[in-house]
Amino acid sequence: MIAELPDWQLLRDAGSAIKTDVMSRLPELLEQLEETVTAAGGVVHWAADADEANRIVTDLVKQTGSDRVIKVKSMATQEIGLNEALEAAGIAPVETDLAELIVQLGQDKPSHILVPAIHRNRSEIREIFLRAMPGVDPALTDDPAVLAAAARRYLRETFLSTTVAVSGANFAIADTGTLGVVESEGNGRMCLTLPDTLITVMGIEKVLPTWRELEVFLQLLPRASTGERMNPYTTMWTGVTPGDGPQSFHLVLLDNGRTAVLSDTVGRSALHCIRCSACLNVCPVYERTGGHSYGSVYPGPIGAVLSPQLTGVADNASLPYASSLCGACFDACPVKIDIPALLVHLRDQVPHPPAERAAMSAAAKIMDRPRLYASAQRAAKLARIAGRRGRALPPPLTGWTASRDLPDFPKQTFRDWWSETHPPSPSPSPPASPSPPTLPSASPLPPPSPSASPSPPPPPPPPPSASAQGLKEDR
Amino acid sequence: MSSRELILGRVRAALNDAPVTPPVPRHYRAAGSNTADLDVFIDRLVDYKAEVHRVAEADVAATARMIAGASGAGANGAGDSGAGDSGAVIVPKGLLEEWRPEGALADDGLAPDRIAGAAAVLTAAAVAVAETGTIVLDASPDQGRRIITLLPDVHIIVLRPEQVVASVPDAVARLTPGRPLTWISGPSATSDIELNRVEGVHGPRHLHVIILPSA
Ligand code: SF4
Repeated sequence: MIAELPDWQLLRDAGSAIKTDVMSRLPELLEQLEETVTAAGGVVHWAADADEANRIVTDLVKQTGSDRVIKVKSMATQEIGLNEALEAAGIAPVETDLAELIVQLGQDKPSHILVPAIHRNRSEIREIFLRAMPGVDPALTDDPAVLAAAARRYLRETFLSTTVAVSGANFAIADTGTLGVVESEGNGRMCLTLPDTLITVMGIEKVLPTWRELEVFLQLLPRASTGERMNPYTTMWTGVTPGDGPQSFHLVLLDNGRTAVLSDTVGRSALHCIRCSACLNVCPVYERTGGHSYGSVYPGPIGAVLSPQLTGVADNASLPYASSLCGACFDACPVKIDIPALLVHLRDQVPHPPAERAAMSAAAKIMDRPRLYASAQRAAKLARIAGRRGRALPPPLTGWTASRDLPDFPKQTFRDWWSETHPPSPSPSPPASPSPPTLPSASPLPPPSPSASPSPPPPPPPPPSASAQGLKEDR
Repeated sequence: MSSRELILGRVRAALNDAPVTPPVPRHYRAAGSNTADLDVFIDRLVDYKAEVHRVAEADVAATARMIAGASGAGANGAGDSGAGDSGAVIVPKGLLEEWRPEGALADDGLAPDRIAGAAAVLTAAAVAVAETGTIVLDASPDQGRRIITLLPDVHIIVLRPEQVVASVPDAVARLTPGRPLTWISGPSATSDIELNRVEGVHGPRHLHVIILPSA
């Protein structure tokens, strides 16, 4: 889909420059946005941190008298822990993405950031629905289309009977006051159209100067995100439209660490991120560990940059090391964020625990040598096949995974897929590859510099599993 | 100090290096640089599993009636609605009279369950994008409130060829900011169950596009 656009690189150039411009003019753009949203009948709130944002949203919901809100999946509300705050205030947040619904009804935890219900197969989902979905047809089969239809009927009732919705936003246009949500499932349209009150929580970096920028970002985002020409539904609204949609609209502008990121002249480009997830889909490290390996709200390569930036290095000290610096993410990024350079920049700033450093430098050492890396990946896959309990990575990588419950690996690693689809070419003699379970022991080496990173294959198309992701709102 | 002043103050302080940014290079295909190809548009629609009907303007009403009839009453399934209008085609108040099928139900603030229980909704559109197969609604009188195109299971959209533009920049240039916009590119979809793509989660599961001859 990207190859189909003759001007893809030119769109990336424009997208990158627009974002740079936005950051340099953020104060005036935010003030303008406040003016236009207010003029269109919306109410703008400013939240310096997560607590303040949660307080604002909770109070707004309480004022409506509703004890339930419908939600469109949103990274910003996940970042601030809004659901927990609402629950503490006696308000039930209902996530309306299908995967989140499965997780919620099954009363378990999401297993994968992009595909939170991937740990449930169709017959398990059928059982969960039969057990926990009020009014479900007892003759339910495990056909995915039938299961989706059951969720449709069940959520329809909730959509129609809930008076408040909470969303994120993919962008806000300063000169018109227009907000937008880009989505796949249609639950976004429901949440943005049916309730009386809409509360949108948006990071301050999502503002765009003019209406015209949509011509760039509505091309970059869908193609980079799900590989589609266009995502199924995009909703745009400007304040309140009498007689159509929510008659009360609140926009919560969230700082929560973003201004600190902005003050780092090198690191500020991380704020250009439009949450498309392209960098996740091409990342060999991310692919290898299946989804939660970065262990933070913002996943993947950009998460390794943003999470320490936004939530502090103390909690996320290892994240900047969770990358092989192969550069695939930079090539994939629709707004040309140089993620490897940002990681190197952060590694210079971040203190890191010795065990973690040892484990990660061992990983880096392996990744520097393609054959070794491939066998490590295979070993990891074998460990998975060996049984559900044996899902830790083989030593010396175990130190890194000890604190995390490693999710299932993708059936096929990126590298396996690559070698299957690309015939091998003669290469200079690689280092001898030891048998999988006996990898070299860790030696505390300094983290690799970018020049020492392995030369990556040409920008790869996303692996097969990645192209199947549905777009989630407000990435 | 209010949080507003606090945040704006922090932003200004963060930018004390006074970054100078070069002008935005807009060398991509801008609005007006291509002409729309109707065949490409139809290809894209078919790709999205939308059904395309090419009929004369005089046949719009009959075509809509046929589509609504074929989709079957209560297409949303038992429990979606209180029924009652199960054979009805909902139309926005400003839709051309001659397009309306017999017995069409004009939206004058219909209750959600009546909208959900209808056989179909028939509307015009604001603009369409050939390259992406996208149709944009802007809630004009011939398109109506957003809710009427959201709850029925079948959405029938009538387009004139002149409304189809080449690319996204052309559409952005034609649209009026400030109106509620719905960009539609095929039925909704999910891959959340075993990575199987299922089409039609929420919103209309069936999209029919009637394309009229050029004026
Ligand atoms: S950093 Fe990653 S998620 Fe963000 S825009 Fe770039 S590719 Fe997309």
